[in-house]
Amino acid sequence: MRPMTITEKILAKHAGLKEVSPGDLINAKVDIALGNDITAPIAISEFRKAGAKKVFNRNKVVLVPDHFTPNKDIKSAEQCKILREFAKEHKLTHYYDGGEVGVEHALLPEKGIVVPGDLVIGADSHTCTYGALGAFSTGVGSTDLAAVMITGELWFKVPESIKFHFTGKLRKWVSGKDLILRIIGDIGVDGALYNAMEFTGRPIETLSMDSRMSMCNMAIEAGAKSGIINPDAITKAYVEKRAERPYKFYSSDADAIYKEVREYDCSNIEPQVACPHLPENTKNVSDVKNVSVDQVIIGSCTNGRIEDLAVAAKILKGRKVAKTVRLIVIPATPLIYAEAMKKGFFDIFLKAGAVISPPTCGPCLGGHMGILAAGERALATTNRNFVGRMGDVKSEVYLANPAVAAATAIKGKIAHPDEVSK
Amino acid sequence: MKYTGKVWKFGADIDTDRIIPARYLNTSDPAELAKHCMEDADPAFATKVSAGDMIVAEKNFGCGSSREHAPIAIKASGVSCVIARSFARIFYRNSFNMGLPILECDEVVDTAEQGDKLEVDMDTGEIKNVTKGLSFKARPIPPFMQELINAGGLMESIKKKVAK
Ligand code: SF4
Repeated sequence: MRPMTITEKILAKHAGLKEVSPGDLINAKVDIALGNDITAPIAISEFRKAGAKKVFNRNKVVLVPDHFTPNKDIKSAEQCKILREFAKEHKLTHYYDGGEVGVEHALLPEKGIVVPGDLVIGADSHTCTYGALGAFSTGVGSTDLAAVMITGELWFKVPESIKFHFTGKLRKWVSGKDLILRIIGDIGVDGALYNAMEFTGRPIETLSMDSRMSMCNMAIEAGAKSGIINPDAITKAYVEKRAERPYKFYSSDADAIYKEVREYDCSNIEPQVACPHLPENTKNVSDVKNVSVDQVIIGSCTNGRIEDLAVAAKILKGRKVAKTVRLIVIPATPLIYAEAMKKGFFDIFLKAGAVISPPTCGPCLGGHMGILAAGERALATTNRNFVGRMGDVKSEVYLANPAVAAATAIKGKIAHPDEVSK
Repeated sequence: MKYTGKVWKFGADIDTDRIIPARYLNTSDPAELAKHCMEDADPAFATKVSAGDMIVAEKNFGCGSSREHAPIAIKASGVSCVIARSFARIFYRNSFNMGLPILECDEVVDTAEQGDKLEVDMDTGEIKNVTKGLSFKARPIPPFMQELINAGGLMESIKKKVAK
């Protein structure tokens, strides 16, 4: 048999085939189909237009109204209402609202809805996050979501895989976010177009699940269809207590075929900053000099998890946010919110002068809860810094990890964490 | 399914704005969109194209916005299929979902010239350049995908299944 990558194995299994090769068109069974308050209303309307009466499986269609919630205006309230009513009508197990809702890509792994070996589609481009669990997951359009809601299946073109192999020791303050930013800086925002990005090597094996998720989350920012990490003991420890279904670990064969293998030595990777207006405009944080900011955001599906808040709290402890900066901290899910509170992070954030937001996508996509005026500049732990992403078209967004974000909030300008905390 | 028609040749990175300019997106009526198909790449295309003709393009055809209007406009213009070195990812999905057949084949792009007559057999993936007397093989489209195209796209094929 042909040696296969983890991605090829998962796709073959879900298509009921022994093997697949890149370029093959397959029809595959979907384990989880996700929609949010922006994309699901269109899919629900298509679902109805097709004359469908039932979703293929009420446990496998997941609706998360997280983008404009708590409802920011009448229009978004209407959108959310469509989801709420559909979820009720079809008795969906996984519908989250009010104090139960969190940012979708943090919520699904946390609740064990997505498990290793799954094939997941979501009408949201950052659905690729779940590759961190050793699942194949990718973003699709609302029409695709409607089709899956009805049939539980979808067609896919098997992607070629690119391997990103890391060696060396991670430097202080460097997380999964920095590794992925570094890759995007190298290969560009279309450097992995169509492809599956597979992250391997000793440093990856030592990364926490939170860090792995931030890494796979941004695969789409290199144009990839998916990002994936072979599951291991760290994955097992994470999913064991959460998985709501049996799961399966797949891993790439040693002689699997890659379109390309790229090598990275972690010992020369320092925290990265992506400058406006593309995630590929990356620089070492120490090379970004005298860039003052008006706002710092710590949150999103990239970096709103407990480990992210912990590193920010560590740096902010006993310190104050610069008078010229608004720091907004957005725990990604209610569970993360509760844990951050219990661990005392909220005291630290509040004393430092931060605003703590309820879990939401909020400012990440320029929705609400921290929009920028013309000429304003933000540093955010989010994943996109396109023109106008967080507000006015004349505003700017810099992307970085939570440690850089905390240091920047204190200094009032983009700063290396070492400048405030040794 | 077999198609016969003549070649309309286009270059690399033809984006969806050239396939159907944003100024016409205030409608989703296929016939209306067809009138402006490829307008910003070849303004006369919509008036000159005949039913069955094929677009042959270089790499990354359909890049840019995710608008589903692009494959709809091409299909409604009478084009039977698009052959390119490669397609942008979202355009690729949208084309099948809207029922527009597309194929990737380097050899056809290398050799076909404007106006050449082509014969495409979707079942076998065989593409003949009748004008030049050449024959090539693209990867055939599997039966379930042809079913989708024959039904007129993803939602149409599902409607048929739902009705059963
Ligand atoms: S946090 Fe930002 S990137 Fe993530 S799902 Fe929400 S809007 Fe999208």
